[in-house]
Amino acid sequence: MGAYIVRRLLQAVPTVFGVALLTFLLFNAFGPDPVRTALGNHATPEAMANLRHQWGLDQSLPLQFLDFLRQIATFDYGKSFVTGDDLGTQLKAGALVSLSVTMPPFVFGGIVNVAIALFITRHRDGVVDKAARALFIAAMSVSALVYVLALQYLLAFKLDWFPINGYEGGWAAVKYLGLPWLIQLLLLMGPDIRLYRTLFLADINADWVRTARSKGAGEGRVLFRHVLPNAWIPIITQNVTTIPFLILGSFLMERFFSIPGIGNLTIDALSRGDLPILKAVTVLGAMALVAFNLLNDLLYALADPRVRLS
Amino acid sequence: MTDIADVALHARPRSAAREALAALWARSHIRGCMIVTALYLLVAIAGYAHLLPDSEATVGDAQQPPSWHLATLLGTDLLGRSVLWRVLAGAQTAVTIGVATTALAVPLGTALGLAAGYFGGWVDAGVNWVYSVVVSVPDILLITAISYAMGKGLESMCVAIAATSWVGIMRLVRGEVMKHKNSDYVLAARSLGAGSRRIMFSEILPNVAHVAIVTSSLVLLAAVKGEVILTYLGLGIQDGASGGLLIAGASQDLTNEIWAPLAGTVAAMFLLIYSLSSIGDALRDVLDPRVA
Repeated sequence: MGAYIVRRLLQAVPTVFGVALLTFLLFNAFGPDPVRTALGNHATPEAMANLRHQWGLDQSLPLQFLDFLRQIATFDYGKSFVTGDDLGTQLKAGALVSLSVTMPPFVFGGIVNVAIALFITRHRDGVVDKAARALFIAAMSVSALVYVLALQYLLAFKLDWFPINGYEGGWAAVKYLGLPWLIQLLLLMGPDIRLYRTLFLADINADWVRTARSKGAGEGRVLFRHVLPNAWIPIITQNVTTIPFLILGSFLMERFFSIPGIGNLTIDALSRGDLPILKAVTVLGAMALVAFNLLNDLLYALADPRVRLS
Repeated sequence: MTDIADVALHARPRSAAREALAALWARSHIRGCMIVTALYLLVAIAGYAHLLPDSEATVGDAQQPPSWHLATLLGTDLLGRSVLWRVLAGAQTAVTIGVATTALAVPLGTALGLAAGYFGGWVDAGVNWVYSVVVSVPDILLITAISYAMGKGLESMCVAIAATSWVGIMRLVRGEVMKHKNSDYVLAARSLGAGSRRIMFSEILPNVAHVAIVTSSLVLLAAVKGEVILTYLGLGIQDGASGGLLIAGASQDLTNEIWAPLAGTVAAMFLLIYSLSSIGDALRDVLDPRVA
């Protein structure tokens, strides 16, 4: 186990190096000049040279890349170009806000959707199943943006149940998060239930399930005692690898409702040419993905004794 | 039923692609979806041939309600432009994005998958390194980075979505190629003196193409759906007409109780996305032997 973890971490080094190289090339080598973006078209050459020096952009590209690698290794991404704030503090605050937006619907939706999928599997190929399938295909053909718009219009603008948009820190945030939570719950239903139904159905005619049936187990017992325990593994897989995306936040929700999470931070940084934020978010996002993939594989081995870590 | 020997002797073998197409056409629901998709394609072609009315032209007053003239069937927008013409132009943009992204991602993913699977060794190691780098970056962040590097707009959005979607195709094609490369028919071709290129493209590719075709329908769908969100976030289309721009614009009208532009745009996007995803599902059923 320990040796396996060490080897996987070593394997991640070239990947993270590649991510750093890709990130650096896209932002520092190919992207527009952030100094020009900040100062506009009428800046004096001296002002531009000063800012370039202040931001460390007057060094050669290889030196800048080495500096970026040092930042990645020490988890110290420096300061934002625009606000001058320490990025660590800014990103931590943003990640907490993002998690408060995405985590509750993820957890609650996960439980509800597994339950609905079990119910649909119980009545597979019946009216409920067919109607649900048709409904989900149709519902998933409408853009997420339309649901956001329509529900904001109906529940916030018309019925006044929620504020139109905005955010406050602390417990007051709940007031503003209600609508984004509700919308995400709805958006998760289609893809989640379809996935869980497929997972349950994959085992519904397996040998051990047939054995259970022939021993007289009812459909409910078959589902809960024989199908569900086995389906937990792919469900864990799906959900563990989603966690980095929860930290990253929902760009659409944060933008639409003006919630200051990572998503909003990133889009703002993009329009201001705030390279440190953009690069830090990209590399940290990738590292989180790599780490949670490893965690997922470890959980997989714990959950399924047939899986050997080698 | 026809005599099997008879078929084997006299019927011309039909290609897998033609058989799949026939199987799709046989389902009335999928036939309808294919016709709808073809209509969108026609709209796009007509748009590029300048056969569609100008979507930027003023046809009436601002925010005119729908009426029984073709140009104002869905009313007009804030600048007095025909919503229907703008929806058609938006359909043209959607088809363009779908086709361009697929045309970038599928050949790239297939070629790299073929090379990695066939040659193995350092080619495989190199391709897999690029793969592991690209899948490690969350899609939205890779798209953000590419739109920063290339500037926002249609081209960079197509490149960005393609950059996030070739990886899946590469991985699937690679796996299939590895299964095929030591099979008897490849051995036979090699012993007849066929070179690597011939074996890869003439022998193996036709046998693994179904994987690329099924996933290409997913890429197409992801591109059309992705445009709306990316454009809303400011990473996509900047001007003209597109699903994202039209929906965002129509949302301004909502507060004035004007529903026609939103309803028209949503209906147009729905028909296209619904048809594409139905065809994609059916394609997977027909072409992928693993799925029952």
